[in-house]
Parts: sequence; structure tokens; C-alpha cells
Amino acid sequence: MATILDKPETKEAMSSLNLEKIRRDFPILRREVDGKRLVYLDNAATSQKPLSVINKLSEYYQRYNANVHRGIHTLSEEATAMYEGTRETVRRFIDAKETCEIIFTRGTTEGINLVASTWGKQNVLPGDEIVLSPMEHHSNLVPWQVLAQEREAKLVFLELTAEGEIDMEAAAKLIGARTRIVAVTQMSNVLGTINPIKELAALAHKQGAIILVDGAQSVPHMQISVQEMDADFVAFSLHKMLGPTGVGVLWGKKDILKAMPPYMYGGDMIASVSRERSRYNELPWKFEAGTPNIGDVIASAAAFEYLSELGLENVREHEVEITRYALNRLREINGIAIYGPKDPQKRGGVISFNMKDIHPHDLGQILSDAGIAIRAGHHCCQPLMKDLQVMGTARASFYIYNTFEEVDMLLAALREADKVMGNVAYR
Amino acid sequence: MSLTDDLYRETILDHYHNPRNQGKIEDASAEVEGVNPLCGDELTLFLKLNDQGIVEDIKMNAHGCSINTASGSMMSEAVLGQSLEKAREIIESFKNMMLTKGEELPLDEELEDLEALRGVKKYPVRIKCALLPWNTLLEGLEAAEKKCCQHS
Repeated sequence: MATILDKPETKEAMSSLNLEKIRRDFPILRREVDGKRLVYLDNAATSQKPLSVINKLSEYYQRYNANVHRGIHTLSEEATAMYEGTRETVRRFIDAKETCEIIFTRGTTEGINLVASTWGKQNVLPGDEIVLSPMEHHSNLVPWQVLAQEREAKLVFLELTAEGEIDMEAAAKLIGARTRIVAVTQMSNVLGTINPIKELAALAHKQGAIILVDGAQSVPHMQISVQEMDADFVAFSLHKMLGPTGVGVLWGKKDILKAMPPYMYGGDMIASVSRERSRYNELPWKFEAGTPNIGDVIASAAAFEYLSELGLENVREHEVEITRYALNRLREINGIAIYGPKDPQKRGGVISFNMKDIHPHDLGQILSDAGIAIRAGHHCCQPLMKDLQVMGTARASFYIYNTFEEVDMLLAALREADKVMGNVAYR
Repeated sequence: MSLTDDLYRETILDHYHNPRNQGKIEDASAEVEGVNPLCGDELTLFLKLNDQGIVEDIKMNAHGCSINTASGSMMSEAVLGQSLEKAREIIESFKNMMLTKGEELPLDEELEDLEALRGVKKYPVRIKCALLPWNTLLEGLEAAEKKCCQHS
């Protein structure tokens, strides 16, 4: 659909990544949808998986499937070594101090729920304040709502500027003496906004509060150091960063994790059990009750390795450039509303938009028929939709395998959608 | 784009751009809300029944996609002036059309317009968009009936 004038081959040369080589590693990208090449622009929902991840999962089940931390036999030892080895891979990836600070969860949602229901119940008292941003995903909002209701605490919301960034002057006032925890996303899944975690952490710590970072959208796309940003908790999901579904990571500062009660009780999280009482295991196993998701955790190591090999700086650079290109091209369309910061350096590769009064669902449908996968709806951010005064948005989100040519295809399909939906009104 | 053409047929787009029976009824016999939590579609439906249990007026305040809006608009035309019993029959035959797999039965001639929505069946995710007004109407009829019966 791109015209000759667009010269996609020159545009691809603008990327910091070897897109052609990367695309060969993702079998699904060769798939056709209704006879059209798949253009996958729904990466903020979940990313595709490279062959190395798929193979690692298959290899585990074919060669050394066994339960961890128990058996004396060879398979169990191998599985345990690979499972615990992944913890070290994660530690290096996010620059954590110790592996015992890495807890495997089902995903970001479970990580946040774990903190809300253990640390939260222990530390949040009636009248205390929980500070959130208005751009939080439901998973970093609802657990705090419930905690606030149970503890008679108060939810306080930070304010956003017109471009969808946190108003830091207001934040300095809103984060106060009663604040116990600040829970914010590092990158909005709707606006793309990258939030200044280090500054927010400083504001929280000044008040004796802690900060939890929802890293679901940021960790897959940019280099982070949990020590550098001085967070207290960071939660993220592997399925958004080339890994399998059903694996997440909760990182927390050792001292805080140590003082927290367990989240779930049962096998693997105990040190000793008698009929009446039990002693709990040490970190991180204290928080990993039951048989963990061994196969998917092990396969996750391949995802971390894939991204590390590309280099997170290169991943980020590619996304800044493709986002810059997409923003410029989208602005060509009459009657388009694009949300979030205008400067691609200040945002991730997530672009939410609305076109005239076309419902995002209709846009998504027409794009799907052109082989293009985007997300349409409220993106699990209903309060933010209300702030933006929209029912929902259409959202295109990029990753390491997306090309500039695909942006051109998105544009062509959007123009087609405009034609399809308008063909009665304009007659 | 043949698939798209099929979904966005002229009848559907006509109802989408000019939805019938939009608005409110001040002295409604029933007012019900329908929400589609997955996509955020919202709908407030107003119904007025007369003493004989005839749908004397129906109005909607809807914010939704084309399928949702068109479906509601067509529905309002189909049930306006019908008895409770007949309205329920129409709902049932429409839901059957949207939900049954395999054998396809044509709708009655008087419901011909609704045939345009049959194409939505190819898009499983969108079926719930089309059904939202109808499920809301079912609720509305029940509420209106209760209220009318209490009066008599």
C-alpha cells in the first residue's frame, strides 16, 4: 500500500535495529490474515515471541521437566538450576542488588496485588493516603481502591498537564505527610507518557513513604535500573517483552520484602511446619507458594537474553524514531486527535488516537480486515478515558520488529476506514 | 475489502449516521441502562407502554460503535407500536439469528431491515455490540410490565 515515493527501504535504514534479521526470528510475522500480511501493532497488549523463547519452552518439556526445589534426581536439579538461573538473569536486567529481591509472579497484576495485600495491610492505617496518577491501568488502581476501603485510607490523585504529563509542582504538594505509598506507572499504556520516577521517588521518600512502579510498559522498552531510580517496588510482565504469558516479576527492596508477611501459604514457602504452626521460608521463596510456572520462567530467560543482545538503548532508539515517524504521518490526517506528549523522546512507542467521530471499535475492525492489529477501547483505563472525555481510543503500539513501511500501511488503512465510515454521511 | 463491505453495509451506516428514536421520554414506564464493560459502550433506554401493553414510545441515549448504534436504531423501529408479546418474539428471533450456528433461518418479511446485521455474525467480538440494545430492551420490557401491572 505504500507508494514508490515513500521509499520504505530508505526509511528502514533509519532504524538502530536490523529489522529484517529480527523479523526472521518471529515466525508469527510471516502469517497472513485474510490474504494480507499481518501488521502487528498491538504490542502494548502483548508482544510476539521469538523462536528462541518458543524453543526454550519446548526444550524444557522435552528434556528436563521436573518440579523445582525438591527432587534429588537429575531432572529436578537441572530444572532448579535453570529456574534459579533466570532469577539472576532478571537481577542483571533490571540492575537489582540481590537475586533474593526477585519474586516470580503471574504478571504485573499479581505483583501489585501482592504488595497491596501484604505491605498494604501491614502499613496503611485509617486516614493514611495512597497517591496514584490518573493514568494508572486498572491493575494499579483497583487493588489500592480495595485497600483504601478496607483500611479507611484515602486515594489521592496526581494531576496531569495538557500534554498528559504528571504536574510535578502539584505532585510536590499532593505527596504529603499522610502519604504511605505512591503507586505510578513508569510509562502510560494509553498516552505513552514516561513519568519521572526518580523525582517522584524522592518526593515519596522525603515524606517517609515508599514508591511502587508499574513497569509493565517501560521495562520491555527501555533500560532501567531499579537502584538508579530508587524505587521500592517494580512490577512487570514477561509477555509484553517477548516472553511467555503467565510470568511476571515483582522486585522489591530486601528490607521491605523481609518485613512483609507472606502473600499465599502452602508448599515451597515454608521452612518448617508442625501441626499448629509454621516457619516461613526466606526470600524470595517466602512469596512463591506452590509449584511455580517453571517452564515459562525458564523460557523467559531467552526473552531477557534476546533483548539484552539487541541492547535496550537500540530498542529505545528504534521506538523513538518509529514513533516520531508515525506521529508525523498521523498528523497528516484531517480530524485526528492524538493523545499524550508530542515529543517522541518523552514518550514510549504507544500512540492513542481518535479519528473524527468514528468509534475506535469500527476503526479496529476495518484495520483488522486490512491485516492490521491495533487495540481499540478503554485500555483498562476507564478513569483516564473520562478525563480525556472520550469513550475509548484506537491505539497503535510498536516494538522491535515494526517497520516504517508498516506505519505507511496503517495510514493507508486509516484513510480507507474514513472512506468506509463516511460513505453515507458525505453523500 | 470485501469483508469490511459486508459489515459496513449501507443500511447499517444509514442507521449509524441517522439513528432513529434518539432521546429521552420524560414520563417513561421504564428507564434501563445497558453497558458493555469490555468496550465501554453505554446505552440508556426509555420505554413507554400504554394500558393495553403496547410499546407506545421508545427512545435511546446511546454512545457506541456503528454496529451498536445501528442495531439499537433498527430495534426501536421494529418494536415501536408492538405488543409486549410481539416485542419479545421479535427480540427472540433476532437473538436467534445472531446466536445460532449452522442452519440460517430468514427473518420475517417485516423485519427485513434487521437482516443487514446478519453479516456481524462473522465477527464474533462484535456480536455483543449488536446484542446490547436488545438485552437492554428485554430488561426494559420486564420493568415496564411490572410498573403497568401495578397500576392496573
